[in-house]
Amino acid sequence: MSGLRLLAGPDLRSGAESLADHTRRLGAPTLGGRPLTETLVRSGVGGRGGASFPVGIKWRAVAAAASKGPAVVIVNGAEGEPQSHKDRLLMATRPHLILDGAFLAARTLRAAQVVIYVGEEHKTAWAAMARALKERPEAERRITRMAGAPNRYVAGESSAAVHLVDAGVATPTTTPPYPRERGVAAAPTLVQNVETLAHIALIARYGDAWYRSVGRRGAAGTLLLTIAGGVKSPGVLEVEAGTTIEEAVAAAGGVSEPAAAVLLGGYFGVWVPAAQAWELPLDGETLRSRGMTLGCGVIGVQPAGRCGVCDTARIMRYLAEESSAQCGPCFFGLRALSDACSRIAERGTNRDDIARLKKWAVDVSGRGSCKHPDGAVMFLRSALSTFSDQFASHPAHWRQQPA
Amino acid sequence: MKASIHLTIDRTKCDGHGLCAELLPELIRLDDWGYPIITPGPIPERLGRIAQRAVDTCPVLALALRRTAVSR
Repeated sequence: MSGLRLLAGPDLRSGAESLADHTRRLGAPTLGGRPLTETLVRSGVGGRGGASFPVGIKWRAVAAAASKGPAVVIVNGAEGEPQSHKDRLLMATRPHLILDGAFLAARTLRAAQVVIYVGEEHKTAWAAMARALKERPEAERRITRMAGAPNRYVAGESSAAVHLVDAGVATPTTTPPYPRERGVAAAPTLVQNVETLAHIALIARYGDAWYRSVGRRGAAGTLLLTIAGGVKSPGVLEVEAGTTIEEAVAAAGGVSEPAAAVLLGGYFGVWVPAAQAWELPLDGETLRSRGMTLGCGVIGVQPAGRCGVCDTARIMRYLAEESSAQCGPCFFGLRALSDACSRIAERGTNRDDIARLKKWAVDVSGRGSCKHPDGAVMFLRSALSTFSDQFASHPAHWRQQPA
Repeated sequence: MKASIHLTIDRTKCDGHGLCAELLPELIRLDDWGYPIITPGPIPERLGRIAQRAVDTCPVLALALRRTAVSR
């Protein structure tokens, strides 16, 4: 594991850095308030939860909405993406960077409440965040509490986080209104991923020019990645934005066997054939302009020995089961798509199911109150194109595939 | 300035009763599970009244009209 900025400092294996060590190493943040918001805008830093929404713009919106009453800050450490580990690692090792970011946000946006929202099953991360909170000054502790995110895919979606805090149910609600306009108890609410908050903590110390001073191929800053699947040392890495997938995979020890494809961005991401994937620069904006996504920074390397159809069917089944069952097109549509994928995987290709997949992928898109169906459909479409040969002539072999 | 009117639907409320598609097949069709697919874009003026009726008839109040001001 390597650390450039967020993961710099003491050995990650020694666990959470204490407040005393953290302060000795980094000093206190110097920026705050409106100048911090404008610095964030200039830095161009985007959210690292998956949507890459520009942080400065979000802060401006919350600040504008908060002119009528106090805001709420939700520290999003739900990390429901099964292959992602970067948020957990950051919470478990650098909790005070995250809390610095959270309380800078709270002071800047005049928040009366901070909620640290951590995946219930991320026990080490939860314990580290709880312990770190106890080390903070009374004025910060007084306005802060922890809340558990259930182990569901949609629990980390920002309106779901608000819903959990408000009503104890981590399902998404219809947007607009967005949490930044009307969130917890109708107050404007900043829901910000833990990695994003950690970047903010450093930008508040060193400024936007410093943030942009690293990065390759025109991209700025660093990112945390989780490299999973067929690599020699899978795990979390911090790389400069704009690093190619090939370089990131090399940093994870290289492929353990020849790769067929890369699943970029996690289960809401896209399959890319390996030959095309290696050259791609890891940067939210660049990837979006090519119809792809960095998502939460997962790079899943698929070894050539695996079957793309069976892997896709397995992930579609997961995504269908993770629908919060609130919107018909998502609940019924994803289930139907998953069933059609499973039939192809188990019994072999049939023309009717291929046609159904293509039709339903169009029908379901954009018809949920959250982006769950859209993410699942984007994933499926990338599978149909990346594995088009395999979908066209798939044998009945699912049962023989290891999970 | 002129107001343009769009149909919107609260997907968490919609139960797929399908009355809207019965009343307004010009703009609403049902998917394979009985849930409405709305043709994007503003409602043509000639369909304004029937669109309002579709909204009023929705048993779960999921369908709504949204007016947005557009400059000519």
